[in-house]
Amino acid sequence: MEGLSPEEWTAVRLSLKVALAAMAASLVPGIAIAFLLERGRFWGRQALDVLVHLPLVLPPVVVGWFLLVGFGRRGPIGSFLAEQFGIVFSFRWTGAALACAIMGFPLLVRAIRLSIASVDRRLEDAAGTLGAHPVWVFLTVTLPLILPGILAGMVLSFAKAMGEFGATITFVSNIPGETQTIPSAIYAYTQVPGGEGGAMRLTFVSIAISIGALWLSEWMARRVRRAHAP
Amino acid sequence: MILDVDIRHRQGAFALEARFQSSGRLTALFGPSGSGKTTIVNAIGGLLRPDHGRIAVQGRVLVSTAQDVHVPKHRRRIGYVFQEGRLFPHLDVRRNLMFGRWFTPRAERRANFEHVVDLLGIAHLLDRRPATLSGGEKQRVAIGRALLADPQLLLMDEPLASLDEARKAEIYPYIERLRDEGAVPIVLVSHSVAEIARLATAIVVLQEGRVVASGPAPDILRHTSVFTQAGLAEAGALIEAHVLRHEDRFGLTVLQARAGTLTVPRLGHPVGSRLRVRLRARDIILSVRPPEGLSALNVLPGLIASLDEAEEASVDVQLACGGDLIVARVTRKSVEELGLRPGLPVHAIIKSVAFDSEALGGAGPESM
Repeated sequence: MEGLSPEEWTAVRLSLKVALAAMAASLVPGIAIAFLLERGRFWGRQALDVLVHLPLVLPPVVVGWFLLVGFGRRGPIGSFLAEQFGIVFSFRWTGAALACAIMGFPLLVRAIRLSIASVDRRLEDAAGTLGAHPVWVFLTVTLPLILPGILAGMVLSFAKAMGEFGATITFVSNIPGETQTIPSAIYAYTQVPGGEGGAMRLTFVSIAISIGALWLSEWMARRVRRAHAP
Repeated sequence: MILDVDIRHRQGAFALEARFQSSGRLTALFGPSGSGKTTIVNAIGGLLRPDHGRIAVQGRVLVSTAQDVHVPKHRRRIGYVFQEGRLFPHLDVRRNLMFGRWFTPRAERRANFEHVVDLLGIAHLLDRRPATLSGGEKQRVAIGRALLADPQLLLMDEPLASLDEARKAEIYPYIERLRDEGAVPIVLVSHSVAEIARLATAIVVLQEGRVVASGPAPDILRHTSVFTQAGLAEAGALIEAHVLRHEDRFGLTVLQARAGTLTVPRLGHPVGSRLRVRLRARDIILSVRPPEGLSALNVLPGLIASLDEAEEASVDVQLACGGDLIVARVTRKSVEELGLRPGLPVHAIIKSVAFDSEALGGAGPESM
């Protein structure tokens, strides 16, 4: 099997960029929402929970269509962002990242939320009696203790972004060099005669990246575990 | 006044209504489980917001529902040693110890790291993880961590409850040193009479959410009725003594108290060192004549101060013995047959083997 063509390299690079951006952008909101859902006692918590989980159960095409309507150039949010901040999502790689971030968000939030639930809150009380302000308690006790959950959530979010297809292609289409990620490129190859070779090559790349991500997260989780216990 | 507590709190079916003051260097909150001890320390430490009332420590008001004051726990400067230690699993011992220091204003850092580490004997543990420590080591580190945050009061919620007797014996001396150094007043929650007899300078007795007695330790411990009410018939007198000499041939040590000399099993303390001795009421026999031909080595002459009803068949006889007050539990029948009454001279007889390690504890110069 020959090496990747320049177009295929572009798709791989774009996929990595989109997945990393989606993961990075959803990290802080993901931790915040996980905390709200696990610890918060406020009106509308159930509704927020459902909203966060919707991308998990809706057909991806439906999510993509909502993004198109909301974040498209004429959509209410899309036009506002474009006019006020010059941020454009439609038919750009940033749109692909937005679609991937939203599709991976429930996975990220679930993983972090589980680890927050397992934190012994009595340790946080102990830190409080030692003079730590709640913000410092979060940074020095809670955050280190939920790090394994955050790492797991990041890997899930990244892996989901690498594989996202339906929402991305619906929202930002399949433009080589701008919005054509690995799955879209594979899809494109399957639509043309003689595209089997390219589809096969990209499939192998996709598998390699996924295994690499899993291995990296295992390695980091082991390091964290070693830092926590003997 | 070190501690001034007057709070009411309701939690489900449990109602707490506690009011007491203490100037003791080590105040024991004593009572059976469910009597409200932990609720009180949690209110002092800021882990619980009482429904009504006021809490002041060293003159500083921490809680006052009347004035809508509730100082958050991180601004109280109240150290808390929890029953389960609660060391941070992701930090080594050194960082656990230093945790509170990060949040202590530089000007208020008084506790010296080396001194605390030395006091608690934990220098060899500094690079270890909490998961690798024994129960006793964890508790010593937890005490050190609380001390290094420079608290104005140290709360200890049954810090030894999860440890076996041997581990407890390992920690008592450290708490005694802490108490006798006097740098930080301590509030200790306990349901063990032996523990408070050894450690406390002031005692607050709780029962079903109410304070049934409070005052200096020797006064409270002598009043057996308080303990029988609390379901614990382990009363006795607490007196201070110093080591007069050792009789190594017999494996004995002779102590001098105001009441007279006491011969006890050989102690490790050097001659001249001070101790507190607990004389359990049920270990004391009374005789109206000077005893002869007895194997018991300890005979203390004294006058009957008063007779208190204890349980159905028994009476607690309070004796004044040369400046010390001791208490003997005798049967009602003996009281009648011997004609015991206030003012009568009697002899209190105590077997040397009645003194075990839990009845003897080190005491600083002013720990009583």
